[in-house]
Amino acid sequence: MRLASPLKASPAKTEQIILFRVSGQLFAISSASVQEVRSADSMSGGATEISAPGLRKVRHVLRRGDRSLFIVNGAMHFGLHVAEGSLLFVLRRTRTALLIDGIDKMSAMTRLQALPLSFCHEERQWYRGLTALDQTVVPVVHPEGFLSPEELTLLDAALLQADKTASEDPEGTNSAQ
Amino acid sequence: MTVSTELELQSFVLLRLGERRFAISANQIAELVAPSRVFRFPHRTPKLEGVILRRGRIVPVCDVSEMLLGKRLASRRFYLIAVRNYGAQREWVAVPVSGECELIKAEMMAAVESDAPHVAGWLSHDGDVIEVLNLDTLTPGPEQVVAEAAARQRPEARL
Repeated sequence: MRLASPLKASPAKTEQIILFRVSGQLFAISSASVQEVRSADSMSGGATEISAPGLRKVRHVLRRGDRSLFIVNGAMHFGLHVAEGSLLFVLRRTRTALLIDGIDKMSAMTRLQALPLSFCHEERQWYRGLTALDQTVVPVVHPEGFLSPEELTLLDAALLQADKTASEDPEGTNSAQ
Repeated sequence: MTVSTELELQSFVLLRLGERRFAISANQIAELVAPSRVFRFPHRTPKLEGVILRRGRIVPVCDVSEMLLGKRLASRRFYLIAVRNYGAQREWVAVPVSGECELIKAEMMAAVESDAPHVAGWLSHDGDVIEVLNLDTLTPGPEQVVAEAAARQRPEARL
């Protein structure tokens, strides 16, 4: 039985990718999707706590002017064993800063295979596809896949509530009590 | 015309899962390969273990034994790589099996309404009655997500 090849025979175009780890698991992301790489420690001063009901993967938000970046714990997002992340990827054209363990290496991928159709749940939003590198298969993450529009709405509501509470109690006297 | 003349011999691959044998239409089988490294990554689709690399393709591995036998296979001898239909699209899926596979020709009795959805039909071979598997319902796919969502929206039956 023959199937149409999923790989087109066009000249190989390469895409620069960053291989990174979350809870020991290897992932790839297009380097063009990463705006900044920062140490998680360097962000600790500027991040404020946030709590949206049912959304445990986001605990902090970074304010940058009028823009808010939600820090997504990569391990919680993927349902992996939760570990302390040490690096943040600020993802371009998103409101996500992704907390990861660390960067493995930079590489280039020539082929991105669509996620097989058997994978039919949330992972279809998480991944752009799979790539084979050095006889290993690595999922290539979708930068927009870390926070859905519904989750962003929840987070914005939580942010609004936090701002309201802060403006009503600027010195934090209620929380101190 | 009698019923027996309407039936035609078809080719099937007999596969072994634990103590039981099942059949899959031979024209759905791509190849039988030795177990290779399964690459695992986070996902939320039940029954899928990960993927294998085969001839440059990335093939999902779906263990159907839990659904058919109620338990996972203790040992795996081969992966049966079969074609799974997703509407107009077709893709390979690797099914772990625990014993030798055999190519036979047999007459298939069509499944009836009371049969489980994964039963495409029945055949008789070596004194055994063997289920012919319908991989399209046995392995996960987008249509199952739609069905699950519809079931969730359906109001619960009340006494």
